[in-house]
Amino acid sequence: MAFFSYLVNGLGLGSVYAIIALGYTMVYGIAKMLNFAHGDIIMIGAYVSYFLLSYFHLPLAVSVLGAVACCTVLGVTIERLAYKPLRQASSLSVLITAIGVSYFLQNGAQLLWSSSTKVFPSVISNGALKLGGVSVSYLTLITILTCILVMTCLTLFINKTKTGKAMRACSEDKGAAALMGINVNHIISITFAIGSGLAAIAAVLLCATYPSVYPTLGSMPGIKAFTAAVFGGIGSIPGAFLGGLVLGIIEVLAKAYISTQLSDAIVFAVLIIVLLIKPTGLLGHKISEKV
Amino acid sequence: MKKNANVFSKLFDEKHRGRTVSFLIVICVYVLIELLQAAGSLSSLFKSLLVPACCYIVAALGLNMNVGISGELNLGQAGFMSVGAFTGICVSGLLAETIPNTVIRLIIAIIAGAIIAAVMGWLIGVPVLKLQGDYLAIVTLAFGQIIKSLITNLYFGFDENGLHMSFVNNNVKLAPGGKMLINGPIGATGTPRIATFTIGVCLVLASLVIIYNLIYSKSGRAIMSCRDNRIAAESIGIKVADIKMLAFIVSASLAGAAGALYGMNYSTLAANKFDFNTSILILVYVVLGGLGNMTGTIISTAVLLVLPEMLRGLQDYRMLIYAMVLIVIMLVSNNEALKTRFGKLTEGFRKKKGAQ
Repeated sequence: MAFFSYLVNGLGLGSVYAIIALGYTMVYGIAKMLNFAHGDIIMIGAYVSYFLLSYFHLPLAVSVLGAVACCTVLGVTIERLAYKPLRQASSLSVLITAIGVSYFLQNGAQLLWSSSTKVFPSVISNGALKLGGVSVSYLTLITILTCILVMTCLTLFINKTKTGKAMRACSEDKGAAALMGINVNHIISITFAIGSGLAAIAAVLLCATYPSVYPTLGSMPGIKAFTAAVFGGIGSIPGAFLGGLVLGIIEVLAKAYISTQLSDAIVFAVLIIVLLIKPTGLLGHKISEKV
Repeated sequence: MKKNANVFSKLFDEKHRGRTVSFLIVICVYVLIELLQAAGSLSSLFKSLLVPACCYIVAALGLNMNVGISGELNLGQAGFMSVGAFTGICVSGLLAETIPNTVIRLIIAIIAGAIIAAVMGWLIGVPVLKLQGDYLAIVTLAFGQIIKSLITNLYFGFDENGLHMSFVNNNVKLAPGGKMLINGPIGATGTPRIATFTIGVCLVLASLVIIYNLIYSKSGRAIMSCRDNRIAAESIGIKVADIKMLAFIVSASLAGAAGALYGMNYSTLAANKFDFNTSILILVYVVLGGLGNMTGTIISTAVLLVLPEMLRGLQDYRMLIYAMVLIVIMLVSNNEALKTRFGKLTEGFRKKKGAQ
């Protein structure tokens, strides 16, 4: 039974990783860039929801919406100011710019809100649901359900709407998409908006589980989620979902059965092994080389 | 006489100019700093930056070999530095009584660090170099995290009965007179600080010799051809895997040597020092200095290492300004429209100055 409860906890953690990984993978799929500032957008989302909850005493739903709105605006602004001028530049220059943005957000947060840890208020009741001997806390349940909801909405959006179709076109060939009358810049902005909005949702879920808010909060979940995105095959949305869940489960099981201190090492070792067997991740497409 | 002229023209021709400039800059700066130090006009803060600057320059030169010359993004350079640092600390700790001369001990420690890091580079290179692009980058990132995690849980000590090692839980029981060299999350403590600026500069010069000799050799041209077009290189009989491995190992061993020097410069050193942020920091030095440009790497490392310290007067704002400088440099140097606008701005400024 202990195994099943670990599994459920792993799914809960994995759901958070999956939501963050979606942001990485969508931006990579369309803008072909590694957005290292994504983790810090999570941090901003956490701070915004913290202030809305504990200073303005707004209800949870309003706070989440507020955080999503802030992060969306922030994500689009960053894209406009820092990444858009670099559309034609090498991917490494964009990477360094993203790192600069990440430093900027971290240090800005430290200046504005000091580096001391703030305690996130408990937003979801502590009760648990008994499912045939396995008790699942409401928090884990809500996290998993949110992830499934986000995933379903996103899949429907990508596959059924006209904007979603345009996004798929851009991810395949930006030049051809532009020739078909798709406004590529607009699509990239939308991608950043969605990714950043998802980061805010992930921030609230993350802080509900680990209730402390500090300026470097986003970096480790960011790296883990980035790993999850690669694990599943970067650029693939179901891949990010699968990668996030698998990573979360491996992390929790490694902590439970092998060693708490070495869980990070185990997670990354599994990643290396998976990439050796499937060099483009679990669900990634094989890139054919043109000669 | 004629032969001499030939030598000089060879030093400054198109191909070798970069090398000459690199060496000249390092030697001139070294002489200048030694003179200032002799005159006593260096602040203690600046002095404390000298050895770390050498370490970061060597690690960045190594990374430039990997990212600039070989064209593979490596996000785990700090992992190799970590391996080198702790190898160096252990070797120097074990030899402390056998070799009392600190300079010789330091050199042995640096060489040991370089060798072990090269071995690790080979081990990690076998799987890594099968991958391409961002997948390769993520595996190097993973490697850096694994190394950090492993060394944080490593306990290593020695006494009269030999070496003792344990993992995760500290089971090392030392006889009296024994010494712990690596103490889990606390890291290495009580390391004698034997690193000197002169040795640091020698290490920089040695790595420049290694890198330039490699670049100008047949293997170096092969490495660059693999970067420019893998398939074309393969078709003319270059073994891409072997050649990329060579660049990767050279890069790793330079990072190891840099790490060993770094470890000897501090009395305490925890594995946390070499985390993902350190790898990124070194990558920033390389990209800002210019990919494949060794002189640029040296200058950008030195400037970016000193910049946050110079901004110290601005206190809390310094890292914010640092981040903005980073973004603005990337934007101005990579965007045509901004480049021309910036060019006009400086031109106007110059004209104004001329008019005065």
